[in-house]
Amino acid sequence: MADFNSDFWHWYIAILTVLSILACVWLLRWMTTGHQKQDEAESTGHIWDGDLTELNNPLPRWWLGLFYITIAFGGFYLLLYPGLGTYAGLLEWTSKGEYEQEVEAVETRVGPLFARYQETPILDLIKDENALKVGERLYLNYCSTCHGSDARGARGYPNLRDKDWIWGGDPESIKTTLMNGRIGAMPAWEGPLGGESGVDEVTQYVLSLSGRATIEDLAEKGKAKYEVFCIACHGPTGAGNTALGAPNLSDDTWLYGGSISRIAESIAKGRNGQMPAQGERLGDAKVHLLAAYVYGLSQEK
Amino acid sequence: MTSTETYNYKVVRQFSIMTIVWGLVGMSVGVLIAAQLAWPVLNFDIPWLTFSRLRPLHTNAVIFAFGGCALFATSYYVVQHTCHVKLAFPALAAFTFWGWQAVILLAAITLPLGITSSKEYAELEWPIDILITLVWVSYALVFFATIVKRRIPHIYVANWFFGAFIITVAVLHLFNSAALPVSFWKSYSAYAGVQDAMVQWWYGHNAVGFFLTAGFLGIMYYFVPKQAGRPVYSYRLSVVHFWALVFTYIWAGPHHLHYTALPDWAQSLGMIMSLILLAPSWGGMINGIMTLSGAWHKLRTDPVLRLLIVSISFYGMSTFEGPMMSIKTVNALSHYTDWTIGHVHSGALGWVALVSMGAMYYLIPRLFGRELYSLKLVEVHFWTATIGIVLYIASMWVAGIMQGLMWRAVNADGTLTYSFVESVQAMHPYYIVRTLGGAFFLLGAVVMAYNLWRSISDAKPIEVAIPEPASVH
Repeated sequence: MADFNSDFWHWYIAILTVLSILACVWLLRWMTTGHQKQDEAESTGHIWDGDLTELNNPLPRWWLGLFYITIAFGGFYLLLYPGLGTYAGLLEWTSKGEYEQEVEAVETRVGPLFARYQETPILDLIKDENALKVGERLYLNYCSTCHGSDARGARGYPNLRDKDWIWGGDPESIKTTLMNGRIGAMPAWEGPLGGESGVDEVTQYVLSLSGRATIEDLAEKGKAKYEVFCIACHGPTGAGNTALGAPNLSDDTWLYGGSISRIAESIAKGRNGQMPAQGERLGDAKVHLLAAYVYGLSQEK
Repeated sequence: MTSTETYNYKVVRQFSIMTIVWGLVGMSVGVLIAAQLAWPVLNFDIPWLTFSRLRPLHTNAVIFAFGGCALFATSYYVVQHTCHVKLAFPALAAFTFWGWQAVILLAAITLPLGITSSKEYAELEWPIDILITLVWVSYALVFFATIVKRRIPHIYVANWFFGAFIITVAVLHLFNSAALPVSFWKSYSAYAGVQDAMVQWWYGHNAVGFFLTAGFLGIMYYFVPKQAGRPVYSYRLSVVHFWALVFTYIWAGPHHLHYTALPDWAQSLGMIMSLILLAPSWGGMINGIMTLSGAWHKLRTDPVLRLLIVSISFYGMSTFEGPMMSIKTVNALSHYTDWTIGHVHSGALGWVALVSMGAMYYLIPRLFGRELYSLKLVEVHFWTATIGIVLYIASMWVAGIMQGLMWRAVNADGTLTYSFVESVQAMHPYYIVRTLGGAFFLLGAVVMAYNLWRSISDAKPIEVAIPEPASVH
C-alpha cells in the first residue's frame, strides 16, 4: 500500500493499536479483580479541603458491559475492515471500491436513458419534454452556479436565454462549447492605445457602434485606432466573430457591463473569460442533452 | 508551617471576573453570527463584520477566553485548596493572567482584520502562538510546582484532570501550530495536504477532548461534591475513566476526516477509538451524577447544584452523540451539516458553559467573602439557559438531518434532486430558531453577570488562611 514507505510503519500501527485496545481490557480487569473486588461502598479515607472525600463504589456492571462491548466491536471491526496498518481486513473493503461500486450502480441504471437521448438529434430533443426535464436537472446541478438558476447569467457569465451567442448559437457550437470549454481572451489595450486618452477615444467609438450618444471628435479619433487594433477580431461594423469568441459590439448586450467606465475598463485592462470543459467530467451523452437544453432556452418565446 | 499563610486568591479573582466578561463578549458575537446566517444583511457590507471573520472570533472567545479563563480560575483555586498550599511562583501566575488577556486581545484585533493561519480553533498567527506557548509553560510550572509542594500525599482527582489537560494542550499546540513564517502576520503550516489535515484534527478533536472535556471534568470533580456536600461516588471509577479517557481521546481525531483523502486504515482507527471512548466519557458522568446519591432532594432547593447536574447530563448526551456520529455510516449523513454544529453546542452550551457558570456561582462570592445575591435569579438563569440550549440543538438536529438528506437525494436520472442553494433556503426557519436559542442563552448569562455583580459590587477582596490538612487515617 502506498500509505507507508516501509514495513516498519505497518507493524508500528498494527502492534500499537492492538496493544492499546488490550491495555483498556487490562485496565478494566485490574480494577474489577483481586483486592479491588469489593462490593461495599467504603470511603477511601482521604480528606481534602476540609470536607472533600471519596467513596470507592464498584464499577457499575452495565457500564462495564458497555465498555467491553465497544472494545469487542472494535476488535471485530479491525478484523473485517482495514485498520491494522496494511492489513486489508477480511471483507477487503476500501472506500475507493465502495465509491466505484456506487458510481457503477448509477451508471447501469441511468446509462440506457442517456444512451437513447444521445442518439436523438438536438433539434428533436428540444421537442421532447422529458428530455428537457432531465436537461434542466443537469443544468441546475452543473451550470447554475455561474449562469444562474434562471440561466440569465451575471456579469462575466453569459445570459443563455437571449439570442446573442459569443461562440455561436447553433446546436453543434453549443455542444462544442460545453465539451471543450472556452477561453475568451481580450488583450489589455491601454499601452498600445497610448494610455487613458486613447482608451477614451476608442470607448467613444465603440459606443457609436450601437448607436449611443458620443463625443463626436473623440469618437472620430477612436475610429482610426479601432481600425488598427480592434477590427481584426470585432470586425469593421463591430459585429464580432463567433469563430474567435469576439463579442458583437453593435448590440446592447454587454458581458462585462455596458456603462462607459466598464467598456473603458474592458478595453484598457482586457478580459479573461473561462468556460470550463465539461466533456471529461460529464461524458458525451450528458453534454449532448445539456446542449439541447441550453439551445432550447434561446428558442423559447 | 504557620497557619497565617493565605491562599493566592488574587489571580483566581482576576480570572473569574474575566470569565464572566469574555463569556458575555463571546456569546454576543455568537448570537450576531447566528443572526447573520439567518439574515445576511447583518454583516452590513463591512469586511470586519463578515461571518468568515467573526466566526473564528466567536470560537476563540468562547473556548479560549471564556473557557480558558474559567479553567485558569478554577484550577488555581482547586489546586491550592486540595493541596493545602499557596500557589507556587506568584509572579508567573500573574504573568499567566496578563499574558492570557494579551492573547485574547490580540485575537480580538487580528481575527476581524482577516489575519489567520486558517486552521480551525488554531487561527491565531505565529507571534501570538509563541505568546500562548510562554503563557502555557508558565501555567504548567505554577500548577505542577503547587502539586509538588502539596501537604496531602494523595493528589485529588480534579488535579489529575487539570494536569492532563495542561500537558496535552501544550503538546497539541506545539505540534499543530508548527509553521513557517513568511512575514510578521503570515505563516504557512509545516505540514502539507492530508498530513496537515490529520495533524489539524488530531489537534482539533483533542482541543475538545482535553481543553473542553478533561479540564472541565476537573471543575466537575471539585465543585459538584462541594456544592452537594457529598463524597465523590467512586474512586475506582475515577481511576479507570481517567486513564481510559486520556488514552483513547488522543486517537479520535480521524473521525473528522471520514470519506476524505485520509487513508482508510486511519479512518477506521479514528472510528473505533471514538466508540471505545463512549464508556470512559460516561464514567465521568456517572461519577458526577451519582455523587448526589443521598442528596437528591438538594436539587429542589439549590439551583446552582441543578445547573451543575444538568451540565453533566448534557455532557453525557453529547458524549453519546459524538461516538454515534463517528460511525462512518452515520457520518456520511451528518458530516458538513448543521448537525455537527448542534452537537458541538450541546457540549459547549450544555456542558462547558453550564459547568463553568455553576463553578462561578460557587467561586466568585466566596472569593469576596460574600453570599450569592439571589438564588431566584439563578433559577431564572437556569431556565433561560436550558430553553436556549434546547431550542439551539433541536433546531440544528432538524436542520442538519434535513440538509444531509437533501444533499444525497437523487432523481431517477442520477441528477441531484436539490441544488445547494435550495438546501440553504430550507435552513432559514431553523437558523432563526437557533438565533433565538442563542439569544436565550446569552440572556441567561446577562442575568448571571448581574447577579454576581450584585453579590460582590461593594465587597473587598479577602484573604483566607490555609487550614491544616485533616489527619489522614
